[in-house]
Amino acid sequence: MDVSIALILLQDGIVNGAIYALLGMALVLVFAVTRVIFIPQGEFVTFGALTLAMLVDGRVPGTVYLLPLLGLLVLLLELIKALRSGVWSSLPKVLASCVALPLLLLWATRAYAGPDTSLWVDMLLTLLLVAPMGPMVYRIVYTPLAEASVLVLLIVSVAVHFTLTGLGLIFFGAEGWRTPAFVSGQLELGFMSWSGQSLFVVGTCLVLIVALWLFFGKTLYGRALRATAVNRRGARLVGISTGMSGGLTFTLAAAIGAVSGMLIAPITTVYYDTGFLIGLKGFVGAIIGGLASYPVAAAGSLLVGVLESFSSFWASAYKEVIVFTLIIPVLVWRSFHHRHTDDEE
Amino acid sequence: MLKRLSATAAALAFLGLPFAVHAQVKVGVTLSSTGPAASLGIPERNAALLLPKEADGQKIEWIVLDDATDPTAAVRNARKLATDDNVDVLIGTSAVPGSLAMLDVASEFKVPMISVAASAQIVSPMDDKRRWAFKTPQNDALMAGALADAMAKAKVKTLGFIGFSDAYGDSWLNAMQQAGAAKGIKVVATEKYGRTDTSVTGQALKLVSARPDAILIAGAGTPAALPQKELKSRGYAGLIYQTHGAANNDVLRVCGKDCEGMLLPAGPLLVAAQLPDSNPVKKSAMAFVQAYEKANGAGSTNTFGGHVWDAGQLVLAALPTALKTGAKPGTPEFRAAMRDAIENVKNLSASQGMFNMSPTDHSGFDERSRVMVKVEGGKWVYQPDL
Repeated sequence: MDVSIALILLQDGIVNGAIYALLGMALVLVFAVTRVIFIPQGEFVTFGALTLAMLVDGRVPGTVYLLPLLGLLVLLLELIKALRSGVWSSLPKVLASCVALPLLLLWATRAYAGPDTSLWVDMLLTLLLVAPMGPMVYRIVYTPLAEASVLVLLIVSVAVHFTLTGLGLIFFGAEGWRTPAFVSGQLELGFMSWSGQSLFVVGTCLVLIVALWLFFGKTLYGRALRATAVNRRGARLVGISTGMSGGLTFTLAAAIGAVSGMLIAPITTVYYDTGFLIGLKGFVGAIIGGLASYPVAAAGSLLVGVLESFSSFWASAYKEVIVFTLIIPVLVWRSFHHRHTDDEE
Repeated sequence: MLKRLSATAAALAFLGLPFAVHAQVKVGVTLSSTGPAASLGIPERNAALLLPKEADGQKIEWIVLDDATDPTAAVRNARKLATDDNVDVLIGTSAVPGSLAMLDVASEFKVPMISVAASAQIVSPMDDKRRWAFKTPQNDALMAGALADAMAKAKVKTLGFIGFSDAYGDSWLNAMQQAGAAKGIKVVATEKYGRTDTSVTGQALKLVSARPDAILIAGAGTPAALPQKELKSRGYAGLIYQTHGAANNDVLRVCGKDCEGMLLPAGPLLVAAQLPDSNPVKKSAMAFVQAYEKANGAGSTNTFGGHVWDAGQLVLAALPTALKTGAKPGTPEFRAAMRDAIENVKNLSASQGMFNMSPTDHSGFDERSRVMVKVEGGKWVYQPDL
C-alpha cells in the first residue's frame, strides 16, 4: 500500500460515507421526531435510484402506480375517520394531496416517459414520485400506532421494509440498473484526480446538510420539528401538531432517500434490495451519534464509509464483519459514559 | 365400529378408483423466484411454465412453488410436494444452499430430485443420499477447464481472482486453482466482494497492484459487472475473464462498453444460433430458444431458464422407461423407477449439452456442454478456436 492507493481508498470512502451520512441524519431525524427506527429508509434509496434508471431508459417505472395506490389507502383511512368523528373539513386537502396529485403525476409520467428525455427533468420527476410516499406510509402505518412503544414501531418498520422490498422486485425486476453519470470528466486536486461524479456526490451531500441545518435553525416548521423531538407533549401543548410533524419528517426522510439513490445510481449497480444494506450502514452511523446528534451521526457515517473502503482493500472477505462490528465498541462506550434515561413517555 | 370401518374402506376404494384410471404424473418444482437469487429464479419459473402438460398420451402436472432463496423454505416446499402432493419427481432449487438442504428430503421420501444449481457438491461424492439427486447445470470444474485452456492459449501465466464472498466464489476459486495448476497458471491474488456491495475500489486496486496477466471475476448476474467496470476505470489492461454466471443479457446492459472483449465459458445455449449445424446441441438448444421467446418476447432467452428446461427434458426422457416397468405414478415403486430411468439416460441432447448419466455421474455433461464466448460490439460471440 502506498500513498496513492491510500488516497484513492480515502476518496472512495468519503463518497460512500457522504451517502451514509445523509441517510444516518434522516434516521436520526425520524427517530427524534416520531420514535420510529426507520428501517425502510434504504428502500427509498432503491426507489429513487431505480425510478430514475427506468425513466432514463425510457420506461414507465412501477412506482407511478404505487403512489395512487397508497393515496387511495390514505383516503380510505381518512374517510373512516371522518365517518366516525363527523368532521369532514380535512377531506378536500386529502383529496388534493392523495388522489389528485398522484393521478396527475401518473398521467404526466406516462405522457413524458420515452427515449431522449432530459436527465435533470427525470431527476425532478423521480423526486416528485418518491418523496410523497414518505408521508403516505406514515399516515397508513405509523399514525394509528403513534403512541405505541419503540419496540412495536421497530417491528412495524421491519414489516414495512419487507413489503417495500417485495414491491421493488415487482416494479423493477431482479436485475440491477445503472444510470449515466450526471457530470463527466476528471479534476486534478493535489495528488489525486477526482471524477466529476464523486465530487458531485460529495458537493450535493454538503449542500443538503447545510440546507437541513438552515431549515432546522431558521424556519418555523424546522423549529416545530425540533420542538417535537425535544418533548412531544410539550410541543403539543404549544400547538404543534404531532401528525403534521410526523408527515413532514417522513417527507424529508423519503426525499433524502430518493436523492441519495439518484446520487449513487451512476457509481454503482442498484438492485431492488440494495437499499437495505446502504440504509443499515447509515444506521451504524446514526448509532454512533446515539440516534440523537446530527453532527456525530454524519461524522460516524463518514467513518463507516472510510473503514469500509480500507477493509475492502486489506481483508475484502471480512469487510461487512468489520463495518458492523464497529457498533459493539460504540455501544459499550456509550453505555459506560452516558447516564441511562428512559425515553419512553 | 365394524360398520364405520367398512364405510371408510368403501370411501377409500371409491376415492382410489378414479385415481387408478387417470394416474397422472406429478412433478414438483421449487424455484427462487424472489429473494437474492430472483434473477435466476424468475427466468427458471418462466421456463418451467413452458414444459408440456402431456407426453405420449400421459398427462403430466408441473407444480411450481417459490422458496424466496431460503433453504428452510426450499426444504418446506420439497416436503410439502413429496407428502401432500405426492409428486414423482422433484425439480429445484435455484441456489446451492437450498439444493444441498433438499438432499435430505429427497433421500428420506425416496423421490428423485433434479437440482438446477451449479455446485458439484450436489451430486458428488456419490453416497446413499446423492443416489436420489441429479443436476442439470455444468460443473464448475468443467467450465474452469475451458477457461484454463483458453488462458493457456493466450499465454497467461499469472491470474488474479475476485469472486463472491459466498459458496459460488469459494467453489470457483477452488476449481480455478486446480484447473490452472494443470496448465501452469498461478493464482497470485484473491479478493472477495458481496453481491450488494456498492464499491469494489479496494479490491480492484489490490488486484491491479499484483500485476497479473489476467483477472477472473467469479460473480453471477448483474453484480458481475461491478468489478469489470472498476478494473477498467483503474486502467487494468490485461485480459478479463468471467464465469458462466455472467452469461446474462442484463450484464451487458449494466456494463456497457466496459464489458467489451471480456471472455467467458458458457453453455452452448447462449450462442445457439451461431453454432455450426454439425453441433449436436444446436437443434435442441434452438427448440428451447423458440419456445421461450414465443412466450416471453424476442431476445428474452436466458441460460438459467435452460437448466429447468433441461431438467424437464430428463423427466420426459425417463418417463416412458419408468412407465414400462408397470409401476403406477404416485407410488414409491414409480419414484424408484423414475430414479433408475434418469440414471440411465444416454445421449439426450438438451438446451445446454448432451446428458450421459451413469451410477457414478449424476450430472452427465461433457465438453459438448461448454463453449467459449467473447463480448464483441455488445453481443455474445461464439469463439470456436478457444
